[in-house]
Amino acid sequence: MTVSSKKTFRSPLKASRGLGSAKDGTHHWVVQRLSAIALIPLSIWFVYALLTAIMADANAARQFVAQPVNAILLFLLVEAMLYHGALGVQVVVEDYIHKPCCKITALVVVKLGTVVLMAAAALAIGKIALG
Amino acid sequence: MTTHPRPLSPHLQVYKPQITSLLSILHRLTGLFLSLGSVIIVAWLFSLAFAPETYGIFVESAHSLLGKAFLLAWAFCFFYHLSNGIRHLFWDMGRGFEMKNVRRSGWVVISTAIFLTAGIGCNLMYYTKASVLSQEQTAQPTIADVTYSVGTYSVTVTY
Repeated sequence: MTVSSKKTFRSPLKASRGLGSAKDGTHHWVVQRLSAIALIPLSIWFVYALLTAIMADANAARQFVAQPVNAILLFLLVEAMLYHGALGVQVVVEDYIHKPCCKITALVVVKLGTVVLMAAAALAIGKIALG
Repeated sequence: MTTHPRPLSPHLQVYKPQITSLLSILHRLTGLFLSLGSVIIVAWLFSLAFAPETYGIFVESAHSLLGKAFLLAWAFCFFYHLSNGIRHLFWDMGRGFEMKNVRRSGWVVISTAIFLTAGIGCNLMYYTKASVLSQEQTAQPTIADVTYSVGTYSVTVTY
């Protein structure tokens, strides 16, 4: 290390890990992009499915979801969508809610609510797909 | 405690609206709207799987004028967030940062979103109650060919 390392108490290991004050580095940024990329084909497929099959009526919707490939794609779509949405809402909460107790409560509600919705969606798709 | 008047930063309304800033906040607003929409999608799936007696709510809503207006707004939020999200991914790759290109891609995004939303609007206009047969899971299946049509698409199902 050069002269600058003599002026800081940070270890070179700390700097090379590059995780910053939030302790998770670029993880949030990366997973937000990955889920966004996954959602491009999945969401277009879902809108097409809505128009061609799902919106007709309940039986048509159930028959559509019961197809294994559709069930898998729908599962992936719903989980990626809820995850991407939770990451986005988290940033909105962090940006606009400043009172610590409100901010933490909102973040916890968003995270736990997302997990509940993920479980409910997975169970619903599983029930229809497995008959 | 005495307080001294301190300078405030200018409020939002003093700034001239620009395509860059407007589309930026629209991305966040549509994202929030879509997050709320994802709750409805889960509720719809849950109803389809576990509570078929409540499925009529979704069908009725989709056929009402207010429901169609909501679906149209939802469609715009989706297409806008999708196309502007792709614009963001190009920025993430370091492309399209020149101001001329930022403005141009902004207009491309807004035109794409309006165009695709109009397409959905045409579909919703033709989505009529006549195409709905039964909303009850317990309905006795009968042997009949039923043609569902949603916009330009039609599906024939044999029961």
